[in-house]
Amino acid sequence: MTLSAKDKAVVKAFWAKISSKADAIGSEALGRMLTVYPQTKTYFGHWSDTSVGSEPVVKHGKTVIRALGDAVGKIDDLVGGLAELSTLHAFKLRVDPGNFKILSHNILVAMAVNFPADFTAEVHVSVDKFLAEVAAALAVKYR
Amino acid sequence: MADWTDAQRKTVASVWGQLDAEIGAHALARVLIVYPWTQRYFGSFGDLSTAAAILGNGKVAAHGKVVLQALEKGVKNVDAIKSTYTDLSRLHCLTLKVDPDNFRLLADCLTIVIATKLGAAFNPQVQATWQKFLSACVIALGSQYV
Repeated sequence: MTLSAKDKAVVKAFWAKISSKADAIGSEALGRMLTVYPQTKTYFGHWSDTSVGSEPVVKHGKTVIRALGDAVGKIDDLVGGLAELSTLHAFKLRVDPGNFKILSHNILVAMAVNFPADFTAEVHVSVDKFLAEVAAALAVKYR
Repeated sequence: MADWTDAQRKTVASVWGQLDAEIGAHALARVLIVYPWTQRYFGSFGDLSTAAAILGNGKVAAHGKVVLQALEKGVKNVDAIKSTYTDLSRLHCLTLKVDPDNFRLLADCLTIVIATKLGAAFNPQVQATWQKFLSACVIALGSQYV
């Protein structure tokens, strides 16, 4: 599964559309993930509060979505562009890569909630493919 | 199988009550567009060559309704989801020969279509309960596979 020229264009256009709400979407997606898939909280034992809207969740959601925004800019070479983040996830964070899919699903839900008219089936498939490629790039250094 | 609190029962019923008849059609169309390999099961449905064709396909719409009607049985029987779907599970395994992984794909697309419809009302707690319900349905549909 690779990103076609159309996928890249669709992702870039949609990301531009959501840019004003991107931070909120990131925080919301992370909050949804921690609520709907409570096993993901095991990675955040060092946070005082993992509830929706809490300070660490809001802050980290921003971090994640901004990194994804950067990845949109590097969409022609995600493996190269995400090499450092892959090293971080593989050796320091050691997040089981199955969780990338879980977070991706919740990012899609947050997008659907906040941009119902724009998050069409065609946008959905391109963004889903993009998130899958990002996940694969993040997992490159794992083993 | 799963235990349901009163709040969770209310949530499932409430989400269901807000869905219109077309949600099934939208969800099925989305599965066929987002995960195009699922089209393998719908060879008799005619033109599925583009997103527009899928969204305008009458057979997809009709079948989406069938799926939603089947989901209603689970909504009305949250305490007996496994037995509710025993026959459908056998049908999907023996006759339709559907890879049960597809049930999860449909569940995810249905969740996203519902999110576009309900907006912020589909908050994380509601999403958690709704996905708990759909997971039970997905497991039940896969339960008779041999």
